[in-house]
Parts: sequence; C-alpha cells; structure tokens
Amino acid sequence: MADKCRVRITVNGVAYDQEVEPRLLLADFLREDLDLTGTHVGCEHGVCGACTVLLNGDSVRSCLCLTVQADGAEITTVEGLGTVDNLNSLQQKFREHHALQCGFCTPGMLMTATDLLSKNENMSDEELREGLSGNLCRCTGYEHIVNAVRAAMNE
Amino acid sequence: MKPPPFAYVTAESIEHAVAELARSDGEGKLVAGGQSLMPMLNFRLLEPSVLIDIGKIPDLTGISETGDGLSIGALTRHVDLETSHLIAQRFPVLTEAVKHVAHIAIRNRGTFGGSLCHADPAAELPMMAVLLDARICVSGQGGNRQIPADKFFLGALTTDLEEEEIVTRIDLPYLPESTGWGFEEISRRSGDFALAAAAATVSLVDGKISEVRLAVTGVDDLPLRIRAAEDALRGSELDDAVFSSASQIVRDAVNPNSDVHASADYRRHLIGVLVGRVLRSARSRARGGA
Repeated sequence: MADKCRVRITVNGVAYDQEVEPRLLLADFLREDLDLTGTHVGCEHGVCGACTVLLNGDSVRSCLCLTVQADGAEITTVEGLGTVDNLNSLQQKFREHHALQCGFCTPGMLMTATDLLSKNENMSDEELREGLSGNLCRCTGYEHIVNAVRAAMNE
Repeated sequence: MKPPPFAYVTAESIEHAVAELARSDGEGKLVAGGQSLMPMLNFRLLEPSVLIDIGKIPDLTGISETGDGLSIGALTRHVDLETSHLIAQRFPVLTEAVKHVAHIAIRNRGTFGGSLCHADPAAELPMMAVLLDARICVSGQGGNRQIPADKFFLGALTTDLEEEEIVTRIDLPYLPESTGWGFEEISRRSGDFALAAAAATVSLVDGKISEVRLAVTGVDDLPLRIRAAEDALRGSELDDAVFSSASQIVRDAVNPNSDVHASADYRRHLIGVLVGRVLRSARSRARGGA
C-alpha cells in the first residue's frame, strides 16, 4: 500500500485534517470517512453525475477527483444546502415540482443546478437543459427537474 | 471500481515533474484535471506506480498574447477556454468547440493539455489544435521543443510525447482578421464524444478562397486535416459545387470505425454532410467579416 498523504479539506464549512490513501476518491472520502452519504456513487466513471459536488464553488464529479487533489479546497455537498426540516429554496422547488422519484440522482442534480444558478441567473431554456444534461435521471423524464430549477431561477 | 494503489507526488515545478517522470521509469503518469485519467484508473485500464500531480504548477496556467498569437497554459481548464474573452475574440471557433466538450462538471476540471495528451480520436480539442496549427510546447530531460499539432497526434490515444516529457503550453498563431469559421458535431447525446465532427476556417480575397483549413474528428484513428480538400478549395469560387467535391474528398480520405453508436458507413456519410455545413458557415462569416 502506498504511503498515506495528509489532506486539509473544508467540507460544508467544517475543516478536516486527515491522512488518506492517494487512490481514495473524493466521493468515497465524503461517504466513508465523513459519513456524508448524501453524495451518491453511480457509475464511477463520470457519466451519471450522481456524485456531483462543489469544489471551490464549481461543480465537479467526486468520482473523478482524488481526495489528495482536493487538499486545501472547500467542498460543498448536498448536506451543505439545507436540512430535512429546513430545505433551501432549490430543494423546496424540487419538492413542489415533484422533481424526484427514487431520489438517487437528486443530490447530483441539486449540486449541478446550484452551480448553474450561481453562474447564470437568466438561463434560457436551452442553456438550462444543456446545463443539466450531464446528470442522468431514470425516473422523472427530466421535465419536472427542469421546471423546478427554472422556478428556483425565477424566484 | 476503485483505482488500483499508487504513490502520489505533488510536482512543484516543470523540472520537478520531468524528474519524477524520469524516475518512475515509464510507470508514472501525470495528472491534472484527471477527467480522462480517472475513468481509466477506475476501470483499472491503467496501473501506474505513481501519479505526479502537475495541477499546482504556476508556469502552466494562463492565457496570454504573444504578438503573433495566443499562448495557452496546459492547465487551462475547458471552462476557462469557454469563458475567455481573448479566445472569443481571436478564436471564436474554439469557443464554440469547447461547448461541445462533455458537461459542465467535466469542463470545470478537464484541461486543454490533458485533452491533447489523452488524444481520444473523437475528442474536440485535438481536432481544434490541428485546425488552428497549434504549436504544442513540451519540456523534457533533453530541454524544450515545440511540436506542430499535425505531428503530435500519431494514433488513437497515442502522441509524439516521450515518456518523460510534459506539455507546458499550447501556442495558437492568429488567423487573418476577416477569417470565417464553422464548427459542427453530431453526437448521440449532448456532451457525448462525437460520432463525427468537422471545423473549418476560410479567408477570402476578391470573392475567392485565399486560405482554407479543414479538420475532422471521430472518423479515423486521429484528428485529421484534409489537405487534399483544402487544395481543391483554395483559389476557388465559393459555390456549393466546390463544397460538394470537398465533401467527397473528405469521405474518401477518412477511415471510420463501426461500433455500437454508429456504422463506418454512417460516419462517412455524416462527415461529408458536416464538411458542407462548416464550409457554408465559414463562407457566410468570412463575407460578414466576423
């Protein structure tokens, strides 16, 4: 086994200082080491988008990022958006518009939409759909997800 | 799956990265954005002894004007290419092409240099390097050298890079001011690799094509400039008959694969259609002086 590396990472505002194996994916660090299981792992090769988190404000695939590469970074996961009792406005719109069924893709959808909304408050329908196109949902047919993000944008 | 075990080194400088590569005796891999390398590690298609992270080397960043062109650091992310005003002003065809590279989360991490080094035969940026006569600047133990893009790509996932060499910058020489351009891609879904893609630039003098470049990807083992089609177009009037013959030359020149996404015949058909479209786009933009 390769030597462990020390990483200092801030996740949802909490600073962590830990030793990790170089090959540890950021997704597995979040889920296994920090018990933040809201970040889901689907395909493990960057296609499905379920593991999307924010790294220094940009959406990234946490299955395509090593934990050691995130040394010094600020990570936001779905747990950093709102709580069950206090959903943030985007999560609230997802609920109002029935934008989820099984929920597996939802954390990734929320984090991608958070990135999109932070960079363009006036997306055209095409830009919105293009922006979400890297996240796969097998339940909803996407229409309700698009509606929810549009509603959050227009709020 | 999960990646196999490897050691990890953060390179402090270009020299440090080259030294670590040389020390790894061919078993090490460079990593920056990791958007091509990480899937290969997760699939265990690669088992490097060491990953050398070049992501924090300051000399490899930034987009700057050099007098006769732009010099783009190898670590420049796709999203930085996409949003750069300098690139939009000087190489709008590149701005358009980058929008077709995967999805936002991939473009937030993936780098220009990484895409070129990975050399996927259906990727957009290698084709753009070939189209724009990019000079790929590399550093190795023997010093620095510049590789013209059309000598850089040797085949699928294969480049002219030596084992201990690292791409540092990509230099793009400016095009004449009134150059028109076109970019077209067909993929199964938004963000997928191209089934076929084409790009062209056209400069006009007195209503005739004075300079033209035509590049294609997804239809051979590597991105190609189709020089025979360029020769047929140069000096000609801008009529659709000439464009049709250029499309035919391209169809005859390429050697596409059949796979689950499309047959070779379909890809060959597509590329001819796309060549016609990019030439017509470039013609209209060249006339408009855009």
